[in-house]
Amino acid sequence: MMIELLEPLIPALRRYARSLLRDRTAADDLVQDCLERAIAHWNQRRVDGDTRRWVFTILHNLAMTELKRRSARSSDLDVESAENWLSTPASQEDGLHHRALLRALEALPEDQRAVILLVSIEDLSYADAAKILDVPIGTVMSRLSRAREKLLKSIREMPAEPAGRSHLRRVK
Amino acid sequence: MISRPITEDDLNAFVDQRLDSVRQAEVAAYLEAHPDVAERVTGYAAQRDDLRALLLPIADEPVPAALNVRHIAERHGRRSRLPWWAAAAAAVLIGFGGAGGWTLRGLSDPPLQGVASLGQEAADNYVVYGPDRLRPVELRAGAGTELADWISSRLGRQVGVPDLEASGYRFMGGRVVATPHGPAALFMYDNDHGMRLVMLSRPMTVDRDVPMQPLSQPAASGFSWAAKGMGYSLVGPADAQALLHPIADEVRRQIGNDV
Repeated sequence: MMIELLEPLIPALRRYARSLLRDRTAADDLVQDCLERAIAHWNQRRVDGDTRRWVFTILHNLAMTELKRRSARSSDLDVESAENWLSTPASQEDGLHHRALLRALEALPEDQRAVILLVSIEDLSYADAAKILDVPIGTVMSRLSRAREKLLKSIREMPAEPAGRSHLRRVK
Repeated sequence: MISRPITEDDLNAFVDQRLDSVRQAEVAAYLEAHPDVAERVTGYAAQRDDLRALLLPIADEPVPAALNVRHIAERHGRRSRLPWWAAAAAAVLIGFGGAGGWTLRGLSDPPLQGVASLGQEAADNYVVYGPDRLRPVELRAGAGTELADWISSRLGRQVGVPDLEASGYRFMGGRVVATPHGPAALFMYDNDHGMRLVMLSRPMTVDRDVPMQPLSQPAASGFSWAAKGMGYSLVGPADAQALLHPIADEVRRQIGNDV
């Protein structure tokens, strides 16, 4: 039962961890740690609770600890540059635009980035996101609102992309 | 009817398609009348689509071996020291079932009664729950009076939990289990070596007062008795009969004091 419930969650857990950490290896280490904990504490989950939400909570807390640890060690630990951590490199036409969007996402405060990822990518309900982040649902909504506004602003402030330049600057 | 004012929450839920159809239509009408807000919301929706295009494919990557949950569970199982006798009990059980033993026994023997039946029930439950690593007990020892309340409400009488610390066994917790003679209380104990004992107790209609008698089975051994209408059976590993005798005596002594 445990394995049947955990196994289908793994791809999404990897995606959430990697989107937060922007580092392939560190993210998978985190997911492994998360799975070990979920298995070790399987009896402690609420029987009527939602396994997905419970496991995401474990992962989120591990990720926040890891991010704090990294920021404490300041910038000597450089995150993987550009979009190496992505599954598929951005297509050429969209390269610049996507790069700008990812940079804007990275620039968000962690708690806002987490909300965007849980809601927009992982399709968790606002209520589940609130439980995972351990905040009231109103906080989820205001973080979501602020995050979207900031992303939009950053994208629009990006210099326009003249057709000629985009060829010069495009990512391979 | 005056509709509720449109909020930022509505706009976000509109982007995430979390609104019911009525509200969705209200927001759409509002956006039609407010092009500036509509432009912002369109930007949010495009941003959401772009992020999904970038990030969703991560989940399509093959899962690396290190994240194989079966391997992790197996490793975890080994680390939490699955006692050797649990594996032995499972092997015996599988052999038994495979040989058609269960079916034959049910067909040829008269149904057990009294403490003989109680002993069988205790052994059956020991074989099922004893090796259970995930949920050996329904309510853990720390659950306060919840377990005692549950048991007394199902059995219609109080069952005291014997304290076996002096014999080296900690109380793990318990559960209500089914027997052919109605609900029974199951208490589980373990020692430092991961050896588990099960005590089963239920009201008796036959054999209401019987002295202690041994039970010995391929996968379990122990002692059963009845006093004042309640039956008790203490079981453990098949080869632990000698060790179980003094513990059963201790349980009987404690229960005798309680009643």
